[in-house]
Amino acid sequence: MATKHHVVTRVNGEEVEFLCEARHSLLEALRETLGLTGTKEGCLDGNCGACTVTLDGRLMDSCLVLAVEAHGREIQTIEGVASPQGLHPVQQAFLEEAALQCGICTPGFIVSAKALLEREPNPTEERIRWWLAGNLCRCTGYDKIVRAVVDAAARMAEVKG
Amino acid sequence: MANKVLVRQEFKVVGTRPIRHDGTDKVTGRALYGGDFSLPGMLYGKVLRSPHAHARILSIDTSAAEALPGVRGVVTAKDLPRPEEGIADVGEGAVNLRFLSDNILASNKALYKGHAVAAVAAVDAHTAEAALALIKVDYQVLPAVVNVREAMKEGAPILHESLRTDAQGQKGTTPTNIASRIQFAKGTLEQGFAQADVVVEREFETATVHQGYIEPHNATGLWSSDGQVTIWCSTQGAFTVRDLVSQILRYPVSKIKVVPMEIGGGFGGKTVVYLEPLAALLSRKTGKPVKLVMTRTEVFEGTGPTPAASMKVKMGATREGKLTAAEASFAFEAGAYPGSAVGAGCMCAFAPYDIEHGKIDGYDVVVNKPKAAAYRAPGATQTGFAVESVVDELAEKLGLDPIAFRMKNSAREGTRRIDGPIFGVIGALDCLEAARASDHWSSRLEGPNRGRGVASGFWFNIGLQSSCTISVNADGTVNLVEGSADIGGTRASIAMQAAEVLCLRAEEVKPTVADTDSIGYTQVTGGSRTTFATGWAAYEAAHDVLRQMKERVAKIWEANPADVTYEEGVFGVKGDPKMQMAFRELAGKLNHTGGPIVGRATVDPKGQGGAFATHIADVEVDPETGKVKVLRYTTVQDAGKAVHPSYVEGQMQGGAVQGIGWALNEEYFMTPGGTMANTSFLDYRMPTTLDLPMIETVIVEVANPGHPFGVRGVGEVPIVPPPAALANAIRRAVGVRMTRLPMSPGAILKEMGTV
Repeated sequence: MATKHHVVTRVNGEEVEFLCEARHSLLEALRETLGLTGTKEGCLDGNCGACTVTLDGRLMDSCLVLAVEAHGREIQTIEGVASPQGLHPVQQAFLEEAALQCGICTPGFIVSAKALLEREPNPTEERIRWWLAGNLCRCTGYDKIVRAVVDAAARMAEVKG
Repeated sequence: MANKVLVRQEFKVVGTRPIRHDGTDKVTGRALYGGDFSLPGMLYGKVLRSPHAHARILSIDTSAAEALPGVRGVVTAKDLPRPEEGIADVGEGAVNLRFLSDNILASNKALYKGHAVAAVAAVDAHTAEAALALIKVDYQVLPAVVNVREAMKEGAPILHESLRTDAQGQKGTTPTNIASRIQFAKGTLEQGFAQADVVVEREFETATVHQGYIEPHNATGLWSSDGQVTIWCSTQGAFTVRDLVSQILRYPVSKIKVVPMEIGGGFGGKTVVYLEPLAALLSRKTGKPVKLVMTRTEVFEGTGPTPAASMKVKMGATREGKLTAAEASFAFEAGAYPGSAVGAGCMCAFAPYDIEHGKIDGYDVVVNKPKAAAYRAPGATQTGFAVESVVDELAEKLGLDPIAFRMKNSAREGTRRIDGPIFGVIGALDCLEAARASDHWSSRLEGPNRGRGVASGFWFNIGLQSSCTISVNADGTVNLVEGSADIGGTRASIAMQAAEVLCLRAEEVKPTVADTDSIGYTQVTGGSRTTFATGWAAYEAAHDVLRQMKERVAKIWEANPADVTYEEGVFGVKGDPKMQMAFRELAGKLNHTGGPIVGRATVDPKGQGGAFATHIADVEVDPETGKVKVLRYTTVQDAGKAVHPSYVEGQMQGGAVQGIGWALNEEYFMTPGGTMANTSFLDYRMPTTLDLPMIETVIVEVANPGHPFGVRGVGEVPIVPPPAALANAIRRAVGVRMTRLPMSPGAILKEMGTV
């Protein structure tokens, strides 16, 4: 057995520790070790965005981050987007705008879109398209996804009021 | 743009836009896809694949791999029973069982780079991968052929020594790569061309492309010590997986249970099996559950792409713009084993038009590439690209508006297709009319290097078997169980049809997709059949519930069941307006008035209506780089009845964008030796958000008389028109007629004479 490393990190606001090999990706640790399978695997080479998470607030393809790099950091995954009070406006907008078909890319898109709207509350269509270009969807043709992000921005503006 | 509604019935639930039942699980990451599944003590499998496109396998030595610590078992083709000769039906086509088995694990020859040769189960995926490198395979490398025209030539390397051309039932006598030749004819071709004032003849080619679903193939197998086999996987058809695994392993279907996990896209590519038999075999060998997940490279190299095609189309028309004759020859790459979608391509090619004289030849040709699988309207996109390009050129030569020309020649009710069938009620002309009336068509497109193109497409849709049960809950809601994998919102579109019958809200019908032990036989989610056929099963099962509930009301009221009515959610009795009982009230009484009520239905409907679409594309071509920018795109499509319009629009948009990717960028770059050089999403360039405008939709509803709510299939036809619509737009933008897909920047510059 390869030597394992002890990693202490925060995932969705909770302190978490796990053992991993040096070669394990963060994606593998999340899915296989921590059982957080909402973060999806589509390509394992950083080209599809299905495994998008935030690491210290920055968007990352978790397949391109080593699990040991998570030590002492703060990770947000799709599992941390909704709260006990209900769905996040981005999630609600995806549902109401029918912005998902098979749903495999959806967690990645929601994590990406949420990160955009936290930085830029009122993005243009062009800006949304630029921001989401790292997330592939093969089902929707993106139209309803872009609409959902516009809709989510409006919902979040309303909440802030 | 307003939708064009020609359906006459009024509905309460059908045609509305409720939130899909599985939506919350899918936006919170809670939905479990095949790759998310695990069992205690589970092992991980990996597959060794051939590095050669064509090679004889002389020997395989697995001893070093088996000796690696952590490895629990290795399987090769020797672990598979030799299949009997026979044909298995997988819904959208038939496959030869020996070929099917050889595609799971190569026995004596590897026929494409990426062909599975052995599989390993180990304590983790990394150990399994390390073990692959320890398997010694002695290959005798053979010359490969990776192009359909090359493969058809005399003296080409032969893939299967036993293969003989099947020409309409006549078997050839010499080894060949041409697996079959089919022909359809109508009228007298010479006479048709003699009547023509203008004839256009062109040759076309399309590259191999992949379905490109984001979720890689996966399977987890458990071969229990009592002989029961369970397979958890992402598939378009759990029953198809059960049948194919049964045939490949020669093991009874009654001992195999397939549990369909959520599926991350399929588009036809998940209607066959790759890993499922391996998961079962490895589990039998190790006594543990075994899970396999492909890498993206494995998906590209080892699973069904869609056939590359080489095509010739000749069409003639009179000066007045009447099509008189059409002739085509379509040669499709089947990949390593026979069975491309060339037949379906032939059926759809000229279907949008009423043409008196026609002949279509189709060739199914094996080449050293992965075995082709279905891809959304399989075959129709290739042939549609060729035909719609020629139609456009005829319109141009005749000086006619491309939509007016298509309308003048449009197929209608009663038109006989060249391949035989006579159309019932169809929306071909209605789509063209709606396209002509659209904002897009009447808008002005100005500026240099810009052009607008239009193209139509057809897909016949299929019916096939579906089952459904509905149980009534005491609170007046119902649980609906069905067997159709839900790839894009069909739980909702099926539940809504039951809700319509039962006068319930969509949310009051809770749908579940069940495993193969828990629901009657149901065919694949494919052929645009699910909302049509499984929706029909739900409709019938709901009626079965109502029949039983009326009997129960009659029993309670001591009335004649035939006199019991059900309207607006309330049971009543003819002639006695005082007697009333709401569905919910009766539901609460079931357990003490005779027991629970479960409705059931199985269907095998034949009345699927064909689907037509017309697309309009505006493009701008950069003359320096050759890059095509899609400025505006409109899809018009006959849905029959759009059960959930949002998801119908989603199919139209998604299909169109897959077609745009196929048209402009996507391609297997093959080395002459048969290696795919671009096996990642970086180099296999699917459309991103940045490549596209919003995709406008116009749903036309010409009710299908072959379905209780008028439903036609919607999933497939939207991929058909884009390549020709874009080629026709490029022609108007910069004057070149593109005859090869993809119309990549380099290809366009070459055609423009810039490079």
